[in-house]
Parts: sequence; C-alpha cells; structure tokens
Amino acid sequence: MGERTSLAQPLLALQEVSSHYGPVRALDRISLTVNAGEIVTLIGANGAGKSTLLMTLFGNPRASHGQILFAGQDITHLPTHRISPLGLALVPEGRRIFPGMTVLENIALGHTALGNHRQGPSLDFLYTHFPILKERQRQKAGTLSGGEQQMLAIARALMSQPRLLLLDEPSLGLAPMMIRKIFALIRSLVQSGIQSGVQPETAVFLVEQNAHQALQIADRGYVLVNGTIRLTGTGHDLLNNPEVKHAYLGTLV
Amino acid sequence: MKTFILQPLTTATLVLILTTPISGLVLNGYDFNLKWQPPLLLALTAFFLHLGLMILNRRTTQKKSASSQKTSHHPAWPRLATILLPLLGLILPFLLGKYWLTIAILALIYILLGLGLNIVVGLAGMLDLGFVAFYAVGAYGFALGQEYLGLSFWAAIPLGAVLAATFGVILGFPVLRMHGDYLAIVTLGFGEIIRLVLNNWITFTGGPNGVRVDFPTLFGLEFSRHAKQGGTPLHEFLGIDYSSNHRYLFLYLTLFLVVLATIFLITRLKRMPLGRAWEALREDETACRSLGINHVTVKLSAFALGAMTGGIGGVFFAVSQGFVNPTSFTFHESALILAIVVLGGLGSIPGVISAAIIVTVLPELLRDFSDYRILIFGLAMVGMMIWRPQGLVRTTRPVFQGL
Repeated sequence: MGERTSLAQPLLALQEVSSHYGPVRALDRISLTVNAGEIVTLIGANGAGKSTLLMTLFGNPRASHGQILFAGQDITHLPTHRISPLGLALVPEGRRIFPGMTVLENIALGHTALGNHRQGPSLDFLYTHFPILKERQRQKAGTLSGGEQQMLAIARALMSQPRLLLLDEPSLGLAPMMIRKIFALIRSLVQSGIQSGVQPETAVFLVEQNAHQALQIADRGYVLVNGTIRLTGTGHDLLNNPEVKHAYLGTLV
Repeated sequence: MKTFILQPLTTATLVLILTTPISGLVLNGYDFNLKWQPPLLLALTAFFLHLGLMILNRRTTQKKSASSQKTSHHPAWPRLATILLPLLGLILPFLLGKYWLTIAILALIYILLGLGLNIVVGLAGMLDLGFVAFYAVGAYGFALGQEYLGLSFWAAIPLGAVLAATFGVILGFPVLRMHGDYLAIVTLGFGEIIRLVLNNWITFTGGPNGVRVDFPTLFGLEFSRHAKQGGTPLHEFLGIDYSSNHRYLFLYLTLFLVVLATIFLITRLKRMPLGRAWEALREDETACRSLGINHVTVKLSAFALGAMTGGIGGVFFAVSQGFVNPTSFTFHESALILAIVVLGGLGSIPGVISAAIIVTVLPELLRDFSDYRILIFGLAMVGMMIWRPQGLVRTTRPVFQGL
C-alpha cells in the first residue's frame, strides 16, 4: 500500500505531541500518521517512549503539547473512557486481561465501548480467528498460557469493532513460534478486514521491540529514539536501513 | 464405597471431639457433668450431612462428565436450594420463640449489611472500613425522620435507602482515585465522622441519649395489646389471641422479603454489564478505562448500591431495637460486617448469607463461653485464612451465556 494520496484524511494524526511524567519529558514533539487500511509499526528500544505514546493517545498521561486527531476529531482532551467508543482499541502491554474472569466475560467486556445499541463482531467470527478461545471460553482467563492470553487481549479489543487497532508489544514474553502465529494473525486480520468485510479499512498501529518481524508485516514504520521520531519509511526500507539494522536487527548480514 | 463411609465417619469424629467440651459439659456448681446426647446428635447430623453432600457431589460430577459438551453448567442442587431455602426461611419464624426470633431478625439485618458491603468490597474490590456509616445513616434517617417529620416505616425504607445512597456518593467522590490502604483509611475516617456527629450534635440527634423509634403499623393496624387513640390492634382485626411474638414475626417476614429482593437484585446485577464492570474494575482499572468503561460512574454506583443496602439494614435495625444511639455504630460493627464478607468469601452471596448467620447465631449458642467469644472469633478468622482463604463458599461466577 505504502504512501497514499494525501487528499485522504489520515485516520490517526499526531501533531507535535509531547507528554510528561511529572517533570520528565517522555515524548518530544512526535508527529505521525496512520491511514485507513494500513499496518504502521513503531519500533524503538526500551524506554524510548513507545508505550507512553499509546497511553498518551488514551489521555493517560495527557499530552502536554500538540494535538491528537482521530478521523479528523480532536481527541487530545477527551476523557479516557470516551476514546475507545470512537473506534480505537488498545491491546495493552503485558496483555492486561482480567485474570479472575472467564474468557467469555473478558471478550464481552470488549463490547463496552460499543454501548448497548451497537452490534459488535459475532462470537463465531472471533472463534474462527481464535479457535483456542472457543475451547477455553468458560475457563478463567488467568489460567491461559501467555500466547492464549495475548489472543484473548486481541479478541477483546476486536469486540469493539475498531477502526484502528493499537497493539503494544504483542510479542512480549512469548515463544518465537507463538510470536510468528500472532503476527500472521494480525496480518490475516487486516487482509480479511477485521470485521470480515463490514469494515475492511481497519488500520493497525503496532508498537514493537521485535523490529524484524514488525517491519516485515508493516506498510510503514517509525523509529522512536529517546522520545523523538528518528526515522520513518516503508517497512521494507527500514528493514534495509543500515542504522536500523545496526540498532535493532544486529549487523550480522 | 469405602470412602463413602470413612470420610463422613472422620467428620463425625471430628465434630464429636470439637463439640463435646462445648455442648457436652454441663456446669453444676463448681462441678460439671458430662452429657453425651447433644454432641452425639451433632456428630450424627454431621455424618449424614457429609454423606448427603458426597452423594450429591458424585451425582453432579457424573452428570457433568456425561454431558460436558452440553450447556448444563448449573448442577441440580443449587437450583433446588434456591427454592427450598427461601421456603425454609419463611416457615422458620413460626417455629421460633421470641428470643430466637429476635436473633433471626438480627441475622437477617447482618445478611443485608453483608450483601451491601459485598458489592463494594467483594465485587468492586474497594476496601471500605467505614460501612457502618451507611447503617447509621439509615437507622438515624428513620429515627430522626419519625421524630421531626412523622415519617412512617414504609416511607422510611425507600427514603432511608436513597439517603444512604446519597451519602455513598458523597463518600465516593473524594475517594475515586484511591486504592487499597489509602481508601481503607479514608472510609474508616468517614465512618467515625458520622458516628461522632451523631454523638455530639446533641440538639438534633439527642447525642448519646439516642432517639426512640415507634413500632410500625401494618395498614394502620397496630401490634400492641391495646390500640392507642382508637386504632385497631392487629390481633383483634384478625380475631386471634394477642402475642408479643406478632410484631417480631411481622418484622422478620418484611425483612425476609427485603433480603430476598436484595439477593435477587444483586444476582441480576452480577450478570449485567454493570456487575461485570465492577469486577473488571477490581482486577485492572487502567485496562477498564481503555476499554471504554467509565470508572467514575461504575465506582459511584457500587458505593451507592452498597450504601443503599446498608441504609435499609439501618432502618430495620432502628425498628427492631425501638431505639438508636451512636454506640451501635462503632468501628467494631464495620469490622464485623467486613468479617462476614471475608469469612463468606469475597463476592459470594451464599457465603455472605452463611457467614452472617454464623456470626450472629454462634455467639448466642456459645453464651456460656461469652468471655472467650472474641478469642474464638479471632482463632476462627486465623484458621479460615490458613485453610480456606477464599471463604466459606467459593464464588461461583454466573456463567455468561452469550452476547
């Protein structure tokens, strides 16, 4: 897909966004865009501010400078719980599923953002993508394996029928085979349209430390270093960029 | 088959060992006699109870393994219990004397209080050490309402509930951002503030002297032997002999219906999105907010509904005592209600009910040992935390049936 004609309004646009934890500046004038139907990845080392960027989208911490636009609407100052109903769904770092509740209840909670009147994706749709969750649906979520919990977190996010799916390090703490599985899943979800044709223009914003795999499935990527965007380009370009190779992929080629 | 005899037998032996010193030794001056009938009877009951439970358990597990794919996730006996236990509760007061009737009323009040606190602590996971405040608001709301405004009992039930809910929201707002220990300390302070205000605002509340509460009427019929000012006493209206038990019977039955309604409401709420939001908030607040759950309304609703239940408990307490004063609403009460919730198992409704009954009835049974009551209570709590940290009745989550 790559670059789109600039006439189309980006789905998500950050304009010079800064945010602070107390006096410490975590993000420094970040500008980036995500267009509908794209997979965009943000890679960076530990402490670069990747998770902070996602949290800032949700107003926790709130951006101290700049503007965040989602589908043209300014969401910079919206209360946290009002943001996901607009069509953003977050798969948080470390999954943060509700361990004491059943798998099915976890999934149901993902529906909250839609309110009582809007229909989300059907359970059947979710279970075709996540067959393991069907087997485990009445089990407590805390008893699932790491990879299963990650799938649950993604399924929970999909329940709100998002236009933009935000994933924070879905590969964290998972076995390499499980990581491949999750990444393949993300790609197939976007290709098939997250809502199986209902809303094929869903975009994914993937925050990763696992740069190699993330860049492989991404249309575009940004590299975050110490709270600022250092590089940007297509996934392919970044994969072959010597600086990225040196910093994230190892120089052995 | 062997285990079917052995396990109940062990239980019976244990019960025999445990209860013989309590129920078998009868003091006779400075001497004591050994009576074997009561402990043996208890042991026998324990034997058959255990046996019955085992048979029931086996039947349900067999059923489960037979139809594990089907949707029969409700074993038969809880459903049976939900029909039989309320019936038992309805029949019970007619078999009790006045003394036990008042204790049964107290037990029902504590069930109500436990159910209320269970929403806040058990479901929403907010440690509230000042729950007695809402109990006091309900009790005093009725007592003072009657004194100054001539409020009737029937109007006081909903009004007391609303008043307590308002106080719940008032407490809820400042503590929205607090968790754990900090929340516990603030709520503890709130409970004490209410009590101290009641104690010291003498011109309004009567201070330590308390307020008298009149016994309610039923459709204008009084429960006294001779009606005041031309009214009709209930026993004359019904054409039966006067008994001082009637008023307690009436109170028990009304309270029983209120408790049933509360249980029904909370079971429904647990299945509804609000109930799930409470539990989700308990587990991970940040994740909840990112999912679009408004933590402010969810928390406040938990406080308000919990307080409401406590307030209704307070109204009934005021009526059953005929008198309220601040000494009934000390921190000790809060601790006792919390103990009921923890003993019963956080979030479990059957647990709260059984724990409330145990906490109110057991001290009466052990009256001879009243000097050691707190000691036994403390030991029981320690033992519980070691052997059954999840409470008497483990929470069974309502099965979510689909979207």
